[in-house]
Amino acid sequence: MKKRSDKNNDNRNIAVISYSLMIIFVVLIGYIVVFLSGDNMELLNNPYNKAQEIFAEYTTRGSILSADGKVIAETVTDDDGNEVRKYPYNNMFAHAAGHFDNGKTGLEAQYNVYMLNASINPVVSAVNELKDEKNPGDSLVTTLDTGIQKAAYDALGSHRGAVIALNPENGNILCMVSKPDFNPNTIKSNWDDLIEDDNNESALLNRATQGLYPPGSTFKLLTLIEYMRENSNYRDFTFDCKGSASIDSYKINCYKKKRHGKEDIVEAFASSCNSAFATIGTELNKKQFRTLCNSFLFNSEIPVNYEYKKSTFVFNKSFDTGEVMQTAIGQGKTLISPLHNAIIISAVANGGYIVTPHIADKMVNESGRTVKTFSYKNGNTVLKPEEVNFLRECLLEVTKSGTGYALSGQKYTVYGKTGTAQYDSGDNSHAWYIGYAELDGKKIAVSIIVEKAGTGSDYAVPIAKKIFDALLGYNR
Amino acid sequence: MNTIVGLCGYIIVILFALYTFFCFTVFRGRNRERAEKIYKRQRVCIFLISAIAHVILYFMDYDFRVVVLFALQVIVFFVAVHMYQIFYKGLSKLVLNNMLMLLMIGIFMLERINMEYAMKQSAIALGGLIFCIFIPIIIKKIPFLDRLGWQYAILGIFLLAVVFLFAKEINGSKNWIVIKGIRFQPSEFVKIIFVFFISGVLTRRHNFKRVVVVSALAAVHVLILVIEKDLGGALIYFITYLIVLTAVTGNVLYLISGLSGGSAAAVIAYKLFTHVQTRVSAWRDPWSIIDSGGLQVAQSLFAIATGGWFGMGLGRGLPGKIPIVESDFIFAAISEELGGIFAICILLVYISCFIMFVNISIKIKKPFYKFVALGLGIQFIFQVFLGVGGVTKFIPSTGVTLPLISYGGSSVLSTLILFSIIQGIYVLNGSGEEVKEAENEETVG
Repeated sequence: MKKRSDKNNDNRNIAVISYSLMIIFVVLIGYIVVFLSGDNMELLNNPYNKAQEIFAEYTTRGSILSADGKVIAETVTDDDGNEVRKYPYNNMFAHAAGHFDNGKTGLEAQYNVYMLNASINPVVSAVNELKDEKNPGDSLVTTLDTGIQKAAYDALGSHRGAVIALNPENGNILCMVSKPDFNPNTIKSNWDDLIEDDNNESALLNRATQGLYPPGSTFKLLTLIEYMRENSNYRDFTFDCKGSASIDSYKINCYKKKRHGKEDIVEAFASSCNSAFATIGTELNKKQFRTLCNSFLFNSEIPVNYEYKKSTFVFNKSFDTGEVMQTAIGQGKTLISPLHNAIIISAVANGGYIVTPHIADKMVNESGRTVKTFSYKNGNTVLKPEEVNFLRECLLEVTKSGTGYALSGQKYTVYGKTGTAQYDSGDNSHAWYIGYAELDGKKIAVSIIVEKAGTGSDYAVPIAKKIFDALLGYNR
Repeated sequence: MNTIVGLCGYIIVILFALYTFFCFTVFRGRNRERAEKIYKRQRVCIFLISAIAHVILYFMDYDFRVVVLFALQVIVFFVAVHMYQIFYKGLSKLVLNNMLMLLMIGIFMLERINMEYAMKQSAIALGGLIFCIFIPIIIKKIPFLDRLGWQYAILGIFLLAVVFLFAKEINGSKNWIVIKGIRFQPSEFVKIIFVFFISGVLTRRHNFKRVVVVSALAAVHVLILVIEKDLGGALIYFITYLIVLTAVTGNVLYLISGLSGGSAAAVIAYKLFTHVQTRVSAWRDPWSIIDSGGLQVAQSLFAIATGGWFGMGLGRGLPGKIPIVESDFIFAAISEELGGIFAICILLVYISCFIMFVNISIKIKKPFYKFVALGLGIQFIFQVFLGVGGVTKFIPSTGVTLPLISYGGSSVLSTLILFSIIQGIYVLNGSGEEVKEAENEETVG
């Protein structure tokens, strides 16, 4: 009898333990099912995933479209039956859209698999397979506006530099221009020239996101914010500018040693007075200033689906007074990309948060039906409402009476800051402008750099005007 | 051509799904004739899948060896089905079918990945099948198998120690012995001896003192494997021991203390060994270290995602891009080309085998054989869990093979032996009725 019950016990133990082991398999199978049901597009799109090449065998690559419905890139079959990637605007969208041949870049790389995915009726797909025809891939609809892109492209002319314009509230990039550029239609035949780069043009570099420049006076915006945070009575600030400021045997000149005379903080900002801001710089708490700049994404990743370079802000204890003064007016060791500067000005425009700039809006299938909408989450709030109000007052004063005067008297209102960034020990400088225009609640922010040109007022402001006109001007 | 391959892909998936469905419905009702019919249908599925796969593979490269292997497969499987039913009277036909099905899937996937591997695998499978026919006779002729106990531990530890001294490192694990160019993994066979050891000594007596001694000897096995960097092997031995111990003693405390001790040991191993850290970080986030250790898991996930539910079609994926795809990562290659449904069905077929093993264990009367069957069953299914879990990033990859499917002579051979021992002790010690019936027939005849 005893033996028998032993056996029953054994069998019960075996059954309980084995079938509890089955639970981990139920979980494992559930995990696999969830994985397969999920959206694995990003996985497929990973550049390490070589399977992308297989999709191209069965699908004709989709197009890249502008927000206003124009074709920026498309795949056509040439007379020999080969598929060729065509760019109807030639150089104009070279950096914004990227190129297909000789290694994909830009949108061509980032959204490769999305354009190789055909969201069509499975019956049509099966018929296509029977006929041995390729399925039409989905097209990428961007936020780019061909009108604004053209205005920016023409306005930059033959200068080197970059222009980026975006909606400061939702991060839609309206134009992105970088020069020198290249023609993506002929990149194969011009490849050796582009790589050898005899004229030192770096035409393959997207200056809008990968170019790092000293921010010059556009950086006074951050110095101003830090000053406000450390001095609640900032409105009482007064300064008597004598054309230069000397502290501890270090000297900073205003532009052309111009004497700005007695000024408050708004006037000092509007006239971009180096003496006043260099002096302010020596009074700032270095650690706190670093924290502020880092919250504005210096030394950090920028939330953008593009190849880019991180901006740097260095402000060390070991800095001597001269370096401190230089840093406060945007020289020093600080480096920033035009895209990043666009994010900073957008924070003022949108009421204080870090926007997530992007170009990809949605995917549409062959018949134009939206099959996927890309969504973007905005970043942290970095400015308080009262700070936003005062900064807007200062930026508006730049237009009314300061270095951005050329933008005054339009039907839209412009808030902005110029910059003239010295990049060597001589007088050579890059022209900067960051700002936004507003009309009936509609806003557009721009960030413009013109390399080796001269002052921001002379070279960057006119470009800003053409872009603002293109979107908000009389002829629109 | 694409269309035909695509269509054939769907047919393979449907046939295999049907086969899997039969695995779980065959025991509905106790009608033996109906069950026989279903086993026949399953064999038809095996034949059709093999035939379709080989047609696709032949038209891919026009490699004549595909035809040869197909012919061989058909003959061997036909003969095997009949021989096994003679030598293993009253065996579980479901387990036999599953064994042949998994072998067949493995071989045609290897033909697709690398013809050389497929040839070797076929030869080993053939040899293994022939050898295993005699396992019931061996068990019968050596009646003292269940009287031995400690001797198994001595033999097992000795073999593992020899490996430890003379082993060669392959794919990161130092558990291979190479003799005249032929390499094999003794730990694959020692794990069967290990089950004999723990069943032998624990079923006779299992007071606390004995459990301590047996646990210490089991720990020696596991530690040698850890030092050889065979993490998967170490885990399989460890879990097998814990579960058999708990089932024999009926004491859940052993399981709980064992699992907590094991977790603590895992943490220590993580702190001590960089190869453990690499595996864990590749599991946490393969993307950020894709160039330094994450590539394998990342490529495996690419493959599974690319395959989706129905797969790219046999021959239309890129299995070559996954490192050691023919062995540890073959599940990813199958998912890519034959799809997620097919892959999940493979898992279900494994589970069907395990359920049968457990049922066999329950039916067997002699405690020694009862726990041998359980221990081997646990080893088998836990290896499947480690393998599939590692490839799908469910758990960190531990580098174990997928039984009967992965390329690897030691793995295939030891799994065939494992299946045959369970079947063998089933027909010799099983429910009795079937065995008796068969004997009666013989005397009458």
